[in-house]
Amino acid sequence: MAQYLFLFFAAICAGGAVNLLIQRKTINSALSLIVVMGSLALIYLLLGAEFVAVIQVIIYAGAIMVLFVFVIMLLNAGEEEQAKGSRVAKIVGIPGLFIGGIIGIWVLLQHAPLQKTMIPIGALYGPADQVGMMLFTKYLLAFEVTSVLVLIAIMGAVVLARRSHS
Amino acid sequence: MIPISWYLLLSAFLFACGVTGFLTKRNLITLFMSIELMLNGVNLSFITFATRLGTLDGHIFVFFVMVVAAAEAAVGLAIIISVYRTRETLNVDRVNLLKL
Repeated sequence: MAQYLFLFFAAICAGGAVNLLIQRKTINSALSLIVVMGSLALIYLLLGAEFVAVIQVIIYAGAIMVLFVFVIMLLNAGEEEQAKGSRVAKIVGIPGLFIGGIIGIWVLLQHAPLQKTMIPIGALYGPADQVGMMLFTKYLLAFEVTSVLVLIAIMGAVVLARRSHS
Repeated sequence: MIPISWYLLLSAFLFACGVTGFLTKRNLITLFMSIELMLNGVNLSFITFATRLGTLDGHIFVFFVMVVAAAEAAVGLAIIISVYRTRETLNVDRVNLLKL
């Protein structure tokens, strides 16, 4: 049952990622990225990462994607211009991508410790209180530095997006 | 029971899609979304290995990655708005001068 659930969500996730590459219009790419993030949140829930699943929905699918869609509508970003790709990229790149992908899949599926390690649903339960305790004890310095980073980012965004009067 | 390699395969696939989009797309906003896709792939790896090792440290790292991604998106989109105001295009091939 767990495998079918995982395969279902993984298929949605991979389909959204491929759709992001195929679509020509920016807004369609943004919407398929939201699909990827939503299904990833469900996969996090399968792994038991409760807190991460919730902040994935709130921060990524909520805050960041709203910002993206807002900018797309503000700039009226329509269809993407077709660029003619170089011939070397087509001749070397596409077969190289296939060979590299097949080698990667083969290694991951043949590697015995990875293949034999089975994870049951919710293997490592990570609720908000335990993650919060670690955040405010072991990683307190990193947390404080992050708050400074966010403050600088807010000020930078305001300064950059402001219309200059000169 | 799900093998750990399935999660890693999905993570690698998402990262590869992000790299492909970053290299082939020409729209600034789509490039940004490809970067977010790569970050998501890495986050899935973090959570998988946290489960494998049995510690919650990976969850904390994912939290920090998300905060940095949010800051990056805010500053990056502000830069995109500023670029569009001066160049009136979102095509990266046409943004090839540092100073107008």
